[in-house]
Amino acid sequence: MNEKIVARNLNVMVDEKPVLRDINLTVMANEILAIIGPAHSGKTTFLRCLNRLIENQPGFSRTGELLLDNRDVRYWDVDELRRRVGMIFATPVPLPGTIFDNVAYGPKLKGVRNSRLLAEIVEKSLRAAFLWDEVKDRLFTSALRLSGGQQQRLCIARTLAVEPEVVMMDEPCSGLDPISTAQIENAIRELRAYYTFILVTNNVKQAARVSDRTAFFLSGELVELGPTAQVFTAPRDRRTDDYVSGRIG
Amino acid sequence: MITRPLLVQRLVWFGLALLTLLTLIILFFIIGYITVNGAPVITPEFLFTMPERMGKAGGILPTIIATVYVALIAVVVATPFGVGTAVYLTEYTRESLLTRVIRFGADALAGVPSIIFGLFGFILFVIRLKMGWSILAGGLTLAVMILPTIIRTSEEAIRAIPEQFREVSYSLGGTKSQTVMRVVLPNALPGILTGVILGLGRSVAETAAVIFTAGSSLRLPKTILEPGRTMAVHFYILAREGLSMERAYGTAFLLIVVILVINTLAYLLMFRLTRRLK
Amino acid sequence: MRERLIERGLAVVALSALGSLLLIALFIFIEGVPLIIKVGIRNFILATHWAPTRGSFGILPMIVGSLEVTLMALLFGGGTGIGVAMFLSEFAPRWSVRVLKPLIELLAGIPSVVYGFIGVVVLVPWIRKTFGGPGFSVLAAGVVLGIMILPTVIAISLDALNAVPPSYREGSLALGATRWQTLSRVLFRAARSGIIASLILAMGRAIGETMAVIMVAGNALLISASPLAPVRTLTANIALEMGYAVGDHQRALFATGVVLLVVIALLNTIAFLTMRARK
Repeated sequence: MNEKIVARNLNVMVDEKPVLRDINLTVMANEILAIIGPAHSGKTTFLRCLNRLIENQPGFSRTGELLLDNRDVRYWDVDELRRRVGMIFATPVPLPGTIFDNVAYGPKLKGVRNSRLLAEIVEKSLRAAFLWDEVKDRLFTSALRLSGGQQQRLCIARTLAVEPEVVMMDEPCSGLDPISTAQIENAIRELRAYYTFILVTNNVKQAARVSDRTAFFLSGELVELGPTAQVFTAPRDRRTDDYVSGRIG
Repeated sequence: MITRPLLVQRLVWFGLALLTLLTLIILFFIIGYITVNGAPVITPEFLFTMPERMGKAGGILPTIIATVYVALIAVVVATPFGVGTAVYLTEYTRESLLTRVIRFGADALAGVPSIIFGLFGFILFVIRLKMGWSILAGGLTLAVMILPTIIRTSEEAIRAIPEQFREVSYSLGGTKSQTVMRVVLPNALPGILTGVILGLGRSVAETAAVIFTAGSSLRLPKTILEPGRTMAVHFYILAREGLSMERAYGTAFLLIVVILVINTLAYLLMFRLTRRLK
Repeated sequence: MRERLIERGLAVVALSALGSLLLIALFIFIEGVPLIIKVGIRNFILATHWAPTRGSFGILPMIVGSLEVTLMALLFGGGTGIGVAMFLSEFAPRWSVRVLKPLIELLAGIPSVVYGFIGVVVLVPWIRKTFGGPGFSVLAAGVVLGIMILPTVIAISLDALNAVPPSYREGSLALGATRWQTLSRVLFRAARSGIIASLILAMGRAIGETMAVIMVAGNALLISASPLAPVRTLTANIALEMGYAVGDHQRALFATGVVLLVVIALLNTIAFLTMRARK
């Protein structure tokens, strides 16, 4: 296994306030890394640093290294970077338009014009996100009419359609019911062979169910990183223990 | 027994309601008065034949054509500039001295009286650029006049697009211009169209800015380099010179109908935009 | 690279409104200012005799005329507009506001020539019959303009009233004040600068209005304090004579435009500063 993503002494400030402090962590290729922690602990910021969405925010500055495939993200062509590092947002955001349009959006941006090829990509992506059977007869109806869980799987399909190497998920199940959550977790497990996953969640049980390793963020610091089983059963840091057992958070 | 503050409150309510009612009565009176006197004048002959004897008799065909030409030129020219400005203000800059100056320019332009646009269009397009009194000069003058309307409405429409839509597009590898063209503008389209349609309405209604730029020739304009008389100008001349009250009413009725249709359309589109983004 | 180019292009496009504004000012000034210098500013704005084909360029009657009709318009339209805005923001039920606002916006869409026409066929004869005089008058122009500025006054005042934080309203109502007491003592004061700005912008509208005024004001070149006297405004002066003016006469009309533009710029600046003072 090789190192897919490496953060070294990563510090991030927004409006002079530190949001991430001295983060050192490595994500291996094809693993599922869960990032847990209470609200405002810097989890989302970490993801947004990785695909550089954070640069759209005024007052942002960063020191240290953040490497994708041994090259700092800031030296990647930003569009190329974002195609390699896909992101699923906390609330499903289908773009107004049909289901097909949503999934085909990314490939079209890349310049795929051939309609047969697009149709193939759409089907493949929807199958991978376990949504194909539910929507195959209504690909050309509005994506907004899908249920919340379906919308989130649509967003996953949309991200997969760009053929990323890393898939970041920012609390992807926060607004969903248990059945939808199970479907999405199932999709993640099935897809792990092909992608590297970073799963941000404030649902501790979800991290325990799905991930290989778990990182615990608190107030912008990486408190602990280890195999999921160890973080949950024998945490080395008291604060981790407090959090996973529900005493703080 | 009613206490004094409550009594005052009721009186005030009554007074303010009366003022509001008065405003509505004025609106309906104007529309009603023009309709009652003007609607019977509208016949196919009135709409589709040439005027005779300076407009004393005959129809208003050339003024309809001139109005359509002038208003379309105005909208076609102003829309790219207006939408471009709105996109620049919302997507490409943060609040800064530059955006404040640009906005100030648009606001100040909106406050310029239409007669000044008329003078400006006359001296620049008609005289300096040697277009003469022409549909083109009139259309360009109106384009400058409606620019602020289109900027303002487009900017509002674009700001109503949720930030997440843009983030989704960026996160899928979209560049800024791709995001603007494929996500922002298509979704803001109803709002942008509202601005364009309101601009169209102002162009149709305008008199002072076109009379000195498009001229007042009653001939059928064949090219945009020929002069033409818009409906509003025709109505003004008919009414002011007392040529034909009947035809003045008819023309006014047509103007009012166009304005009503345009405003309704603009309102429905804005309504659609806000509903779709909820 | 492509993205850079697009951004540059848009930046240029974004300067179109400001550029147009400067171009307008430039052309009006180039055409008008030399004449003002030639006849002297006093002989232009303070002289009462206007005979442009014989070398007299006094526009004082028009300045006074513009002021008179504008003040008259504020008298009729200002209070009414603020009243309607108050009603819509504090007393009218929500659903009715959704119906009333577009109707009031419609008032702004009606062509000014139609207002002028209604003034000629309805208002002018009524004034002639009721008060005497020619009917074409400061009063007629004031009433017509008063109606025409309503949408401006209502929209901006309403925005100002709606922008008052709800806590002000709730605080006052919680203390047992009636809606009217709350409105007159708390909201009105908090929204004051916006309401004043709406009146100033409405003044700009009224001073700049042309066609409706030409049709009802009578256009006579005299200075009179009577609201029943016919007057000519600055805008009417330009529009009436532009069709046939040549040489210095035409330049004098542009010079009238210069005066108009300066007045409008002053009013807009004052409105702008008043609005900003609120923040």
